[in-house]
Amino acid sequence: MDKKRRSFLVGLAQAAAVSTVGGSLAAGFIEENKDKPLTLRPPGALDEKEFMKTCIRCGLCVDACKTRENIPVVDGDKKVTLALATPGDDAPLGTPFFIARTNPCYMCEDIPCMYACPTGALTPDKCQNDKGEVAIDYAKMGVAIIDPSSCIAYWGLQCTACYRACPELDKAITIEWRRNKRTGKHAYRIPIVHEDACTGCGMCEEACVTEKAAIKIFPREVVLGKAGDRYVKGWDAKDQTRVRNASTTTTTKTGRSQKSAIDNLNEGIKWDE
Amino acid sequence: MNKYLILRRITQLSILFLYVGANIWGWKILEGNLSFSLIFDKIPLSDPYAVLQMFIAGAAISVDMLIGVGIVLVFYALIGGRAYCSWVCPVNMVTDLAAYLRRKLNIDKDGKRYIISRKFRYWAFITLLVVSFLTGVAAFEFFSPIGILTRGVVFGIGFGWVFILAIFLFDLFIVKNGWCGHMCPLGAMYSVIGSKSIIRVKHDAEACTNCGECKVVCPEKDVLNPVINKKSDFIHGIECTNCGRCIEVCNDNALKFSIRLKGDKDEKITIK
Repeated sequence: MDKKRRSFLVGLAQAAAVSTVGGSLAAGFIEENKDKPLTLRPPGALDEKEFMKTCIRCGLCVDACKTRENIPVVDGDKKVTLALATPGDDAPLGTPFFIARTNPCYMCEDIPCMYACPTGALTPDKCQNDKGEVAIDYAKMGVAIIDPSSCIAYWGLQCTACYRACPELDKAITIEWRRNKRTGKHAYRIPIVHEDACTGCGMCEEACVTEKAAIKIFPREVVLGKAGDRYVKGWDAKDQTRVRNASTTTTTKTGRSQKSAIDNLNEGIKWDE
Repeated sequence: MNKYLILRRITQLSILFLYVGANIWGWKILEGNLSFSLIFDKIPLSDPYAVLQMFIAGAAISVDMLIGVGIVLVFYALIGGRAYCSWVCPVNMVTDLAAYLRRKLNIDKDGKRYIISRKFRYWAFITLLVVSFLTGVAAFEFFSPIGILTRGVVFGIGFGWVFILAIFLFDLFIVKNGWCGHMCPLGAMYSVIGSKSIIRVKHDAEACTNCGECKVVCPEKDVLNPVINKKSDFIHGIECTNCGRCIEVCNDNALKFSIRLKGDKDEKITIK
């Protein structure tokens, strides 16, 4: 009887050990692979962390993208935006993503991928403006970033390929005219991205003429900073309201700030006698 | 002769074919994949283990997903047992091929024996739920060969074939029926879901000549051992996949699919 009990307990310990070893290996593998911050998601996607929880990887969004009406055909190939990540793709396994340089989002007005999602990982709540109106123009798939060192507009060449490809024409990308001081008689036509209007569709990145795109889409979470309540836009009444309820005093304590500034400057100094 | 085998392959391949049709031609018969599907663009079906993991990871579960789980649970609780494993899951085709070659190549006779407990899958089932809780994502879905293979056929496989090859080699050369019979946590879940299912294999001990053919082909032979040539009864073991291979190879008509209701337990006839 005692032997039976003993072998039961040892068996239990062995199973627990196998679970711990296997579980830690699995958890390590998953931690490494769940977090691919540069992944571009379909329109209406939840924030990446919530998206990874909620997406069941069924591919209904990909089916909807692939079989949508008016799918563009370039050189005989149907332009399908979305794919489910396979091992080897730089996105968490089985989840939908797109590569803007080759297959940008064509911003279908009826947003078939978003409405195909059964789990709420893609939701109209994340594709609407302040008034709650849902439209593809309010998608926030990412934001375009320009590398001025390789953008040929900054070299003085007339390009505007990204400006003309942009579906949010004159809103997400505008052209700023600048004097070319180097020659003294030419103009630069510089593309400027406005993050509030940019949907992150990637049409600009696809259109960019340089060998490696000089304008690229990245997830907003990666690119955009946050000024915080400490700073306010000058001469902007709307921005004044933003900081109205911000706390006005902040106390920072460090080893140095405990003493007065004078003490700190006098300490350890030898006086002339 | 092999009518269940042929029927199973037809079901398994038709399901994949309908998914492919939905993806390429926009068919509305069966869309999605084995994680979540829509029948006729309306009726949802969801993978109960995936949804359970997502729930534990902290996701908000949509109504569609819950209805999908409900339909799947009711279907397999009544009809299925582990029918999902042998009639739906595409990995079964890979592991069946491995098991067939293993028999033909006499790997068990000439090779080393590696033993894993058949209970491993239940521990894997629980462990991956814990991992889902700790990592905040559905853990099994990060390496599930079922997901990789189904998505692979429908949406493109990438390097996923390496996973599938690994399972094939594991089953062929290392552990007999290694993946489906020992390790798969989804199979473990369906064992429990279908433990009271009404369609079951029934054994007639009086017709049995104890030739042992059924135990050679059965991928879960622990479910046969307590019954074959011992008593006339249903195969009650919850790991039975209802694949029907034992029925096909039996030359004595001692096995058949039958309906198991509660009262049937009284009919048990024990020999010896």
